[in-house]
Amino acid sequence: MGIQEIQEGIVDEFSMFDDWMQRYEYMIELGKSLPLIDERYKTDDNIIKGCQSKVWVHAELKDDKLVFTADSDAIITKGIIAILIRAFSNQKPQDIIDADTQFIDEIGLKEHLSPTRANGLVSMIKQLKLYAVAYQTQLSQ
Amino acid sequence: MLDVTKIRADFPILSREVNGKPLVYLDNAATSQTPQQVIDVIVDYYSNYNANIHRGVHALSQEATDKYEQARQKIQKHFNIAQAHEVIFTSGTTHGINLVANGFTSLLKKGDELLVSAMEHHSNIVPWQMLCERTGAILRVIPMSREGELLMDAYHELLSDKTKLVFCNHISNALGTINPIEEIIDAAHQFGAVVLVDGAQAAPHIKADMQALDVDFYTVSAHKLCGPTGVGILYGKSDWLTKLPPYQGGGEMIAEVTFEKTTYADLPHKFEAGTPNICGGIAFGAALDYLNAIGLEEIAAYESELLKYATEQLLQIDGLKIYGTAARKTSVISFNIEGIHPYDIGTILDKLGIAVRTGHHCAQPIMDFYKIPGTVRASFSFYNTKEEVDTLVEAIRRAKAMLS
Repeated sequence: MGIQEIQEGIVDEFSMFDDWMQRYEYMIELGKSLPLIDERYKTDDNIIKGCQSKVWVHAELKDDKLVFTADSDAIITKGIIAILIRAFSNQKPQDIIDADTQFIDEIGLKEHLSPTRANGLVSMIKQLKLYAVAYQTQLSQ
Repeated sequence: MLDVTKIRADFPILSREVNGKPLVYLDNAATSQTPQQVIDVIVDYYSNYNANIHRGVHALSQEATDKYEQARQKIQKHFNIAQAHEVIFTSGTTHGINLVANGFTSLLKKGDELLVSAMEHHSNIVPWQMLCERTGAILRVIPMSREGELLMDAYHELLSDKTKLVFCNHISNALGTINPIEEIIDAAHQFGAVVLVDGAQAAPHIKADMQALDVDFYTVSAHKLCGPTGVGILYGKSDWLTKLPPYQGGGEMIAEVTFEKTTYADLPHKFEAGTPNICGGIAFGAALDYLNAIGLEEIAAYESELLKYATEQLLQIDGLKIYGTAARKTSVISFNIEGIHPYDIGTILDKLGIAVRTGHHCAQPIMDFYKIPGTVRASFSFYNTKEEVDTLVEAIRRAKAMLS
């Protein structure tokens, strides 16, 4: 499935909920299914800056696709990163670079998209895309 | 007894909603809200006499100058400062501390010692570290207990003839501890050391008397006491302010300028380069009028009752731990719930219309001391109510249920 389709799927799932509490509860649930980063990659180098909670992300190229794993010490942050990774993991680096993140707004998490918000969602997206750029460069060499 | 219903009516912001819920504003230690009386002064300034001060010959400039200087006198009176020129307008506490730290560059030498309390805000640590880098002076830390009280025996032992400067907050922003600054100041003076007290958190709760304290420098921000952001004062003893070199160069702070040499203006203008926050200064004065009309002692008594109630109620939540349990503290409660990140709690509380602070509160050394990533901090003001405490407690229970 492509990034666009996955994002549409996530938007569909979230559209079932009437209020923020259900959305947050679902997001917390999704956080529990986050593909966890291997403990050895939980280093300071892999921490995403700009988050009030700690977020670690690791990227690996499998065949021609990028696979992300991550973790956070805050459960809501973990839910947010789980949603992002679901959309971006197992995709070609170029597709990740080209993807937009409008769906975050559509699932009612717009407030997390503010670049000044301390959860660093914007930093997370930037980091995932940076990995994609790095691997894309590697692939095209 | 305060008439809180009447007081709340003075604050327009308190009647707004956040996320569809009535706002419960419990981030007062970061910024207090502004009463209509102060907002009116700000509107009046820009509507009727906005002009640059001190240099103009026209009527508006004179009116603005008079109001600005009257505000300085109000501040002088409020803090029982001997002379009006010992009140330096700043952009806030951080500016005041940097002004002093910068000034001491030429007065310190390698090996001199500076003492800083373990519970300082970064703004009362970093400028001194920079000063140490410039001069070769050494920064030493006055330790604190698990309860969040300074270990005064250790302080007395740290003091020596090498000690040149001591800096400490009057009240800790992260823990609410009221520090024994009288003892800190007296002991430092025995060794000829200069003391700077960060009064940012104390000013809304305690009317500090500069002459009785005999403190050398004291800094305050208006936005912590119902005034606007971006303005504050540095109190300094005349002798010290005279000794320190100017911090910033520019207009207003000069006596005479030629390309060969510039002579500086007298106090306080020597430290007030450029066009100041005129409206902010005047509104700062109005904020003090507002607080004094209610009475800081009445405010402190009411807040202490709120603190007691909130502490009791919060401690009934399983797994809730309060950081900062000093015998003398103000209405600040820093807490965590076992197994839950403070950021998660803060996010859910926000959805429920409750404004609290989460994170390290610009006091990372305190978080390192307790080995925690941060806390949730609820800070109460005289316009908060017991009902709001109940709303907070209920919301925390809800957040806890969602997040566990």
